[in-house]
Formats: sequence, structure tokens, C-alpha cells
Amino acid sequence: MPREGEPDKPSDFLTAVKEAAIAALVAFGLFVLLIGIRTDQGPTGALVFTTRFGALAAIVAGVFVATLLRALFWRRLTLSFGQIAPASVKNAVARLTNYAAAAFLVFALVVPIIFYGNRYLLDLGILIVTYTMLGFGLNIVVGLAGLLDLGYVAFYAVGAYSYALIAQYFGLSFWICLPLAGILAAFAGILLGFPVLRLRGDYLAIVTLGFGEIIRLILLNWQSLTGGPNGIPGIPRPSFFGLPFNNSEHGFAATFGLTYSPTHRIVFLYYIILALALLTNWVTLRLRRLPIGRAWEALREDEIACRALGVNTTTTKLTAFAMGAMFGGFAGAFFATRQGFISPESFTFTESALVLAIVVLGGMGSQLGVAVAATVMLGGFELFREFDQYRMLVFGAAMVAIVIYRPRGLVATRTPSVLLGKIKDIPAPIVRDARTETPA
Amino acid sequence: MTAHAEPLLSLRGVKAYYGNVAALKGVDVEVREGEIVALIGANGAGKSTLMMTVFGAPRARQGQIHFAGRDITALPTHEIAKLRIAQSPEGRRIFSRMTVMENLQIGATVTDAVDLGADLERVFTLFPRLRDRRHQRGGTLSGGEQQMLAIGRALMSRPRLILLDEPSLGLAPLLVQQIFAAIRALNERDKLTVFLVEQNAYHALKLAHRGYVMVNGLIALQGSGSELLRRPEIRAAYLEGGVR
Ligand SMILES: Nc1ncnc2c1ncn2[C@@H]1O[C@H](COP(=O)(O)OP(=O)(O)OP(=O)(O)O)[C@@H](O)[C@H]1O
Ligand SMILES: [Mg+2]
Repeated sequence: MPREGEPDKPSDFLTAVKEAAIAALVAFGLFVLLIGIRTDQGPTGALVFTTRFGALAAIVAGVFVATLLRALFWRRLTLSFGQIAPASVKNAVARLTNYAAAAFLVFALVVPIIFYGNRYLLDLGILIVTYTMLGFGLNIVVGLAGLLDLGYVAFYAVGAYSYALIAQYFGLSFWICLPLAGILAAFAGILLGFPVLRLRGDYLAIVTLGFGEIIRLILLNWQSLTGGPNGIPGIPRPSFFGLPFNNSEHGFAATFGLTYSPTHRIVFLYYIILALALLTNWVTLRLRRLPIGRAWEALREDEIACRALGVNTTTTKLTAFAMGAMFGGFAGAFFATRQGFISPESFTFTESALVLAIVVLGGMGSQLGVAVAATVMLGGFELFREFDQYRMLVFGAAMVAIVIYRPRGLVATRTPSVLLGKIKDIPAPIVRDARTETPA
Repeated sequence: MTAHAEPLLSLRGVKAYYGNVAALKGVDVEVREGEIVALIGANGAGKSTLMMTVFGAPRARQGQIHFAGRDITALPTHEIAKLRIAQSPEGRRIFSRMTVMENLQIGATVTDAVDLGADLERVFTLFPRLRDRRHQRGGTLSGGEQQMLAIGRALMSRPRLILLDEPSLGLAPLLVQQIFAAIRALNERDKLTVFLVEQNAYHALKLAHRGYVMVNGLIALQGSGSELLRRPEIRAAYLEGGVR
């Protein structure tokens, strides 16, 4: 803070320059090897050493200027926005977020109608909803029960392989296999839950990470059952109450007197996964109001207090794992039927990380946040597909930005599970605004 | 049941350890039905450990703990809670991201939900402040309100015995009075048995029927509240400068 009476310009500028210089130095350290030096395969096959000091200098200079500008103007900018926006606008924004979930749902419901002709967008929609569902499932474990699970993909895999194998060996339909896949995944969840009952935080994360890898390695190496790296092809597609989506006279289109179109199946798949995601959401919301759901959340807050209040933490943890795993299993079964082919390649740690990122960035425990984060992240992935090699860069930058500016996730308010009276819940942003507003 | 009243809670020769460090070195304590019993002692004497040992965390490595005629020494913590022993632990341990209501509901885990409304009413009557703040998040309550919530949460299980670890910690004198009045009311009106750990020795011993003094993991003195209050060594160690 500049001393009173003094013009604050020079000292402000000086600290800004200092900040920018430090940032530039860090950038230099980071990029001197990454960008400054490059090795290529030469014509003879030997490595050729080239330097790119020009590019390095440009980047360091860019960082310097950007940091300087940010230090000089950013603070002023954010401050003025808070002051400019009148209370009515802020209230409107707060009220809007109340309707956001409903609007989001309506949008999700009409996506296949709006984008009927656009196969690419429909596929993207299915992908987003699938990850939303996975996010909902993991949210039970991580967001509600506070158990950091880095191996969630294992349950996705168990669900997918359960469906594929049961359908293949016993010829059962998707609708019978779906609950079976969920149950088997739930068992896998309990299997994981037992050894990690006493673990918390980072230790738990490491073991669950290992569990995810173990499942993948089993799938990879149990050749006789899973086909190993070759995967399982020819997984049956779901039918509409027994009517297959094909061009035959008993097909869906012929029965309803429609002209056959492959889009029918895509739309059907979209609604299946949307229904599954909504089911997951509904179950989660219900459970949160029941003793078991409250016990999950209490467990996240304080395990010792939980036990002293008579909460059986063992069963509470196991049910959280089982419940989360079950929904992962449903999603996995859906994935298998959609792809028609699965292999261990689809179930790497990256998937776990992506789902976890969706949950964390969405604001742990918030259902709407998960849906928004899934849309933003997967949509963003697609949006930047053309930039190919810069995709991860943008993705990383976006993550950093979210962590800095919304450290508690995109939707950070936690909705209480009981509201008997008519007391209005004040959304976090408003509370913060009220606090930062300086008294006159 | 025998004619002479068996104590509701009894600890006999209880030893408890943190790793290899002994925190309780053979403790004998009895709490009879309907009593208020105070436990006082210096910092680190092992008072909180004693409370937690009743709940099996840490577990007594030697000795027996009986509650209502039943050996609970090896019972899992949540099973012990089901026998209607409740606790307001050291540090209060409020579920800070959850609302007051939700905290209280978790307190009711071991009761059947039928009487939830009546139990809530009882807590809200005792601590009207909690009613006004029932939708506020636990972590944003003031220290005193958190203390009320911790006690209220313990009461939700309709306990026969309540263990209170420093209920007056960090509270303004007026609030201390309030909390102590609430404890007395619970004891007299609801016949609740109270086992109380306190730094505020004067108030605690005045309130309690009997008291124990703990020194270094052992019970050094015991007697009725007024008796202990008169003892010069107690006055010197716990009361001088505290009360005039
Ligand atoms: N979790 C723990 N791990 C290791 N040592 C512990 C643990 N908890 C307590 N101790 C030790 O056990 C001894 C007794 O601690 P305790 O908390 O029971 O004291 P206390 O009488 O409640 O003190 P205070 O009045 O300060 O609350 C202390 O020496 C303390 O350092
Ligand atoms: Mg203590």
C-alpha cells in the first residue's frame, strides 16, 4: 500500500515491473530447454541440435509484458466491475443461477431436436452427457464422501466389460445387462473399499490409482476372457423395446412408419445416457436427504465426530464406493453398447483424471457444477480440436485460470439438504461481494 | 440388578497409549446415574484422552470400561454411541460445511427418526439461538454458537450419559453462565447424567456433585464438589487468580 498523500503511480509501477521481471525469469527457466533448444532427427537418422533463442526471447518478453499489464490494470479492472455492477444486476445474476439448472436440463432435452441433422454434435452431446454421468458418480465418492479416488475408470471398465462379456456369452439384452453391469461394478467398488478403509487423502489417492491400473492390467492380460489388447468387438447394440435400429422390416423405423435413418439410433443412445445421468442425479439428490447421504457428507467433514455420533464409518465408506462405482458401471455398459467395441486402451488413467477434473472444477458436491464443467471441458476440447497441438496448452491454461479465479469450483455453493423454513440461501458470490465492498 | 445402584459408567485401571506414550496410566472413575461429575486437571493431564477412551479411540490397552452394566471396553466406537452415550468432543468438531439442522440430524443417527421433531424442539428450547441459525453453515457460527451446536448435536441422540469436553472454552462469562445453566437444567429436569471436563474449575466444581482431579494420566484426588473446592492444593493449582 502506498503511503497516504503520495501519488501511488511510481511505487505501483515499480512493484509491477518487479513482478513482471520475476515472471519473465520463471518463464526463462521453464522454457530455456523446452523451447530454446531443440533436437531433430537429421537426414542420416542422427539427432541434429538446433537452437531457437529468438522464439525463447519472444516468449519471455511476452510473459514480461503480459504480467506487467496485468499487474498494472487487472486489479483496477476487477475492482471497477464490482463497483459498477448495481445491486439489481447482481441480484438478477443470482436469480439466474437458480434457473440455470432448469435451463440446462431443458437444453439437454432438446439437443437432439435442435441438432438432429448434425451427427457430429449429437456424438459430442452423448460424450458430454456420459462424462457428466461419470462426474455425478464420482461426485458421490469425492464430492460428498470426501474420498479422493484416482482410479474411478476401473468401475467404468468393469461396467463396460461386464456388459460386453455377459451380452456375448449369454446373449442377454442391454436392458438386462445394464443392472448386472452396475451390480458387478458396485462389487468392484466394495472390493476396493475394504483395503482402503483406514486410508485418507493422499494415501487413499495412491491406492485407488493403483487399483485403476490393476483392473486395466487384468483386462489387458486375461487374454482368454477379455481378448487382451485386441478388446471385444461386435458388442450388441441396444434395441427399442426389442426393435432393432436397422433397415429391416422389423426395425424401429419400419415399425413406426418412418424412413430409416441411422440418426434414430444416435438420438436413442443420447436419450438413454441422458436418462441414466438424470437417474444418477436424482438418486444422488435423494440420498443426500437420507441419513446415508448426510453420513457421507459428515464423513467428509470429520470422521472422528461421525463415529462418536454413532455413524458406522465402515459401511458409510463402502456404500459411497459401491454407489459411485455402480453409476460408473452403468456408464461403462453404455459406453460399450455405444462403441460396439471396447479394449483396455479406453480405460487409462487419463479418463480418471478427466472425470476427477470435471468434479473438482465443477465445485465438489455440486451437481450443476459437474454438468457445466463436463460441457465446458469436453466442448472446449472439441472447439480447440483444430489447433491440435495447442489443445493441451489451452486446456492447461483454462484449468489454471479456474483454479486461480474460482478456487472452489465453477459452482461453489453447497445446497443444504434440509430447508424447512423459508430462509433464503445466499449464494457465495454475493456474500463475498458484500464483504469486499468497502465501508464508506 | 442389585439393590445398591451400580454406577452408570465405570472405568477400572484403564491405561491408554498414543503409540508408546502412556496418556492414561491406570484410571478409576465412576459416574452414577443422575450425577454431574467434573474432571479437572492441568493441560495435557489426559482429560480429553479419558473421554475419548470411553468411546474406544484410543482404545484402553488395560483395564475395563463398563456402561450400564455392559463391558464396552472393546466395542467399536459407533456401537458405543448406540448405547446412548453422547459426547461434545474437544474442539467441538462441528461439521463445518453443513447447516445447523444437518449437524443436528446427524446427531440423531442412533435414534429412530420418528421423534426427530421433538428432539429438535428440545434442543431449540434449550438453545434458542440455534433455532434462528438453523440454516446457517456450522463453520460460520460463532464460537459460543458452535459450542451450543456441539452440545445440542450430542443431545439429539437422547443420551443417558453425556460427556462434555470443556464446554466453556473460549466463551464470554455470560455465555459460560448460560451453558452451565443449560447443563444443570438437563441434569435436573431431564435426569441426564453428565460427565464434564473443565478448565473452569470453580464453576465446574460448584456445578458438579462430585469431582476428580487428574494429574499426569492418573486420578490424584476425588471427592464431592464442595469438598474439592475447599482443598488448599486445588485452590492453589486451579483457582488462585481465577475467582475472587
Ligand atoms: N493424538 C495424539 N497423539 C499423540 N499424543 C497425544 C494425542 N492426543 C493427546 N496426546 C498427548 O496425550 C496427553 C494427554 O492429552 P489430553 O488431550 O488428554 O490432555 P488434556 O488433559 O485434555 O489437556 P487440555 O486441558 O490441554 O485439553 C498429552 O501429553 C498429549 O500431548
Ligand atoms: Mg483436553
